[in-house]
Amino acid sequence: MTFFNHFGRYLLMIKGMFTKPENWRMYWKELMHQCNDIGIGSLGIVVIVALFIGAVSTLQTAYQLVSNLIPKSTIAQIVRDTVILEFAPTITCVVLAGVVGSKIASELGNMRVSEQIDALEIMGINTKAYLIMPKIIASFLMIPVLVVIAGVLGIWGGRMAGVLSGILSPEEFDGGLLSGFIQFNVAFALIKAYTFAFIISSIPAYFGYYVSGGALEIGKASTTAVVTSCIMILFADYILAALLL
Amino acid sequence: MIEIKNLRKVFGDKVVIDDVSAVMEAGKANLIIGASGSGKTVFMKCLVGLFEPDAGHILYNGHDFVEMPDDERKELRQQIGMLFQGSALFDSQTVEQNVMFPLDMFTKMTHTEKLKRVNEVLDRVNLVDANRKYPAEISGGMKKRVGIARAIVLNPKYLFCDEPNSGLDPQTSLVIDKLIYEVTKDFNMTTVINTHDMNSLMEIGDHIIYMYKGEKEWEGSNQEIIYSKNEKLNDFIFASEFLRDAKEKRMMEAGEKR
Repeated sequence: MTFFNHFGRYLLMIKGMFTKPENWRMYWKELMHQCNDIGIGSLGIVVIVALFIGAVSTLQTAYQLVSNLIPKSTIAQIVRDTVILEFAPTITCVVLAGVVGSKIASELGNMRVSEQIDALEIMGINTKAYLIMPKIIASFLMIPVLVVIAGVLGIWGGRMAGVLSGILSPEEFDGGLLSGFIQFNVAFALIKAYTFAFIISSIPAYFGYYVSGGALEIGKASTTAVVTSCIMILFADYILAALLL
Repeated sequence: MIEIKNLRKVFGDKVVIDDVSAVMEAGKANLIIGASGSGKTVFMKCLVGLFEPDAGHILYNGHDFVEMPDDERKELRQQIGMLFQGSALFDSQTVEQNVMFPLDMFTKMTHTEKLKRVNEVLDRVNLVDANRKYPAEISGGMKKRVGIARAIVLNPKYLFCDEPNSGLDPQTSLVIDKLIYEVTKDFNMTTVINTHDMNSLMEIGDHIIYMYKGEKEWEGSNQEIIYSKNEKLNDFIFASEFLRDAKEKRMMEAGEKR
């Protein structure tokens, strides 16, 4: 299949999700289930990645700022902006593409191969709406929250690393953190989070939903879904930066 | 009743179903038999709407499924139950939740009413003490029973079974066949069964369609199939020497009686 075949089928899948639910209560239940899986299920890895990225960025920024003419609080400013602008949304979402994306692709792929999707279709359920839509909405709800958590913990990790290694005092870090803060950076991070949330949920859903074959094909679909999502995240990252900054 | 008129399905340049017409009557077990690749599964998938036919009509009690708008199709599908080859149970749900799923989705029954109905159908398929078990914890035969229970929980008018005996031992196969047959008679359902199983053919084959390379090659009942002179059908059914001998013996006995 060519890129255009895939893209056309992807758009049709998205279009196919917009129908009236057969039973609102069941859709709500599925949405809550997905929020739990995507949000709570990924919280641990997001916390670990955010803390270490913040800590490492403080150490590396301090390592590169060798001039005595630059105040140490600048380290905090750089850490804050890199975490908010890039690390929290992009790195977190690349990690989530692996964690959430592979789960979505393999779950739907397994349902397709074991005819569970066919069983739902025969009951008269719109499987695109029932299986894919809650995943996308749950991603929209949970991924920006995870990005905000990653941002806060990244900066806190940076502060901890800076203070514990004696690079700068807590007062110096806090001073730098508050100086020259641009509110739009947070809005930009959230715009990125919503864009990446759509990519992380819809692309793996596409590869999982249309898988055919057996266990090997599910594995391939899962890998393709993660790789494609990561590439699309980086591509969207560049486009958003070029357009909005 | 399901009436199929000149059904045709093509994949690329390969004709998989070619001009097949048939009538599947209510209260009967309608069996579709044929070698692997003869088009049985595609035929069944066309009937239930998983594949769109390229030509022809499928009439459910006179209503054309092929030309039906989506809303009407959705309603009709609630009258269709299907047992899949691999049972297609939802892995993350217990037996009880699997059977309750169609009730949750399509009815406004209270939880107590739903539970009562679930227990009724599980009892009907002779499955007890399995409500809290997950599909991974039960045997192949039990999975088929859960599949049947889920398929009939909404009291459908039409039941489709795709190779219900695959992967089962002969004894369990007979139990499943008997169960499908009883359910068909009890609820006067139009049941369509795809099978390779010769026991099923002889036990429950009220109406049999033999498919050969996408075409309907032979049609009749289990009483007629033994005496059929159709060579392709005989090659398929009496593939083993044992069965050929059994047929000859039976025909000789029939001749002696006459």
